Amino acid sequence: MEPSGPRPIRRFAPSRVFVYTVLVISAIYFLIPLYIMIVTSLKGLEEVRLGYIFQLPMHITFEAWDKAWNKACTGLECLGMHTNFWNSVKITVPSVIVSIAIGAVNGYALANWRFRGSEFFFIVLLVGSFIPYQVMIYPLVLLTSAIGIYSTLWAVIVVHSIFGMPLLTLLFRNYFASLPAELFKAARVDGAGFWGVFFKIMLPMSLPIFTVAIILQVTGIWNDFLFGVIFAGPTNYPMTVKLNNIVNSIQGVREYNVNMAATILTGLVPLTIYFISGKLFVRGIAAGAVKG
Amino acid sequence: MSATVQPISDLAPAGAVTKPPLKIFRNLQSKIALTPLMATVIFVFIGCSLWTIFYSFTSSRILPTSNFARDFVGIEQYTRLFTSSRWQLSVKNLFVFSFFSLIFTFVCGFLLAVFMDQRIRLENTFRTIFLYPFALSFIITGIVWAWALNPAFGLQKSVRDLGWTNFTFDWIANRQMVVYSLVIAAVWQGTGLMMALMLAGLRGIDEEIWKAARVDGIPKWRTYWSIIIPMMRPVFITALVLFAAGAVRTYDLVIAMTGGGPGLSSQFPTIYVYEFMFVSNLSQGLAASSVLLAAVGIIVVPWAFWEFGKKKQ
Repeated sequence: MEPSGPRPIRRFAPSRVFVYTVLVISAIYFLIPLYIMIVTSLKGLEEVRLGYIFQLPMHITFEAWDKAWNKACTGLECLGMHTNFWNSVKITVPSVIVSIAIGAVNGYALANWRFRGSEFFFIVLLVGSFIPYQVMIYPLVLLTSAIGIYSTLWAVIVVHSIFGMPLLTLLFRNYFASLPAELFKAARVDGAGFWGVFFKIMLPMSLPIFTVAIILQVTGIWNDFLFGVIFAGPTNYPMTVKLNNIVNSIQGVREYNVNMAATILTGLVPLTIYFISGKLFVRGIAAGAVKG
Repeated sequence: MSATVQPISDLAPAGAVTKPPLKIFRNLQSKIALTPLMATVIFVFIGCSLWTIFYSFTSSRILPTSNFARDFVGIEQYTRLFTSSRWQLSVKNLFVFSFFSLIFTFVCGFLLAVFMDQRIRLENTFRTIFLYPFALSFIITGIVWAWALNPAFGLQKSVRDLGWTNFTFDWIANRQMVVYSLVIAAVWQGTGLMMALMLAGLRGIDEEIWKAARVDGIPKWRTYWSIIIPMMRPVFITALVLFAAGAVRTYDLVIAMTGGGPGLSSQFPTIYVYEFMFVSNLSQGLAASSVLLAAVGIIVVPWAFWEFGKKKQ
């Protein structure tokens, strides 16, 4: 028989020491790239050239950050990343809103208002979400050119909204299906229709899942590279594309400190969201990953 | 189906003389609401894929052909693809990359999850640290690791400065080893996610099993090996499919970290697709992307049957 109550934790058992040693060493390994990024971005170019990548900066300077934001070059153009930051914002905000709105309604309809064939569409959507984007990209380029939005921010927003649908539909469908059915039935008996139930009953109860969806979509869309490089057109490149162009630009001197500052600037939005959201982020990726 | 309720018109009293609505109008609102989903499924996932497969049998160069009678070439693009040494190298790189990054991500992710499951303190802090790379773009991961592994400034230089002047770690600049440098970056980015999935799996296992094993005096490692791991097979399979399908799509990481080089040594199928599709030979790019589709299909379709078949039982 095991005694009830919480187990007393033995502090200094050798096995515990081993567990913590492994975890701490792994944590250090995972943090090293972040450390290198920050340290390098705070050094002057002279100091970077000395090549002591792990050493703390002798003189902390924010020059590289300033340059990355305001005047880093790609080719002959030296405008920095600030316009691309705003491009990323202009892409991310509408894409997140549209894709979540569609995903929520889809999920609600699939969970509560099934009809013949609705499951079929859902399964095709799920399997379709595994299709490599490269397969669908060229026809989408043709489609977006045909309606005259290719090479604008709108094309990127439309593409993100389309490819966000499978995961979000799944997320919302599972969430709405987990709510008690009596709620839905009661509202129906009271005479609420499709949209009535959605806005009056379902939406007020879905704050947690909306938060998860927003976290997933903001990080996912902000981090995208492929759609940005293909659909946005050079003047509308999002931050990730600009970052790659700055770092892999062949002309001129390689300014590693500027590269690292640009890298941190690009990662700042998703990292902030990640550190604030904590457990919700984990819930989101777990929901997204373990399908069904 | 428990949540499905008859539409309001069907709830009318039995004596009422309302005509039953036409079948197509049943749940009409729901059908209208699902229009974007159906349009996406039909036009994008099915339509665009079929378009790509169809045009891969033509000889379109810069733009898709409009004269099929003249430009239909059968499987010529595919024979050309499979005899191209650049494609062969891309596929080989993809296999090596996927194999090693999967193995390392699985083993490290599972071990970390096991350690995280030992009722440790600061679990949230550790999880935050292991998982943050996953919140970053592959572009960022690629750039950071390219910098850390740069032979002239990075790890190699630092170790040499410590006194081991013969130390060599130049994978990223070495044609034979460059793929393994991509593995390092991919494992760094993916292990946290794998750990989170595995930890969710471990937490889903009934406490009673642990108690029973403890009562029987089975050592902990043995319980993991003989009981827990076999029980977690569904989690392993799902994770395997996710990561394998993700590996086939690898693109951003390579572009940012090596640009496909040095030379052509770290070419990947997705880069091959992109370069032919948008630069020189459209149909060749489409053929290559159709092959990618087939590869993902081979990974995903059996799994989908297994997943959905299991639910029906």
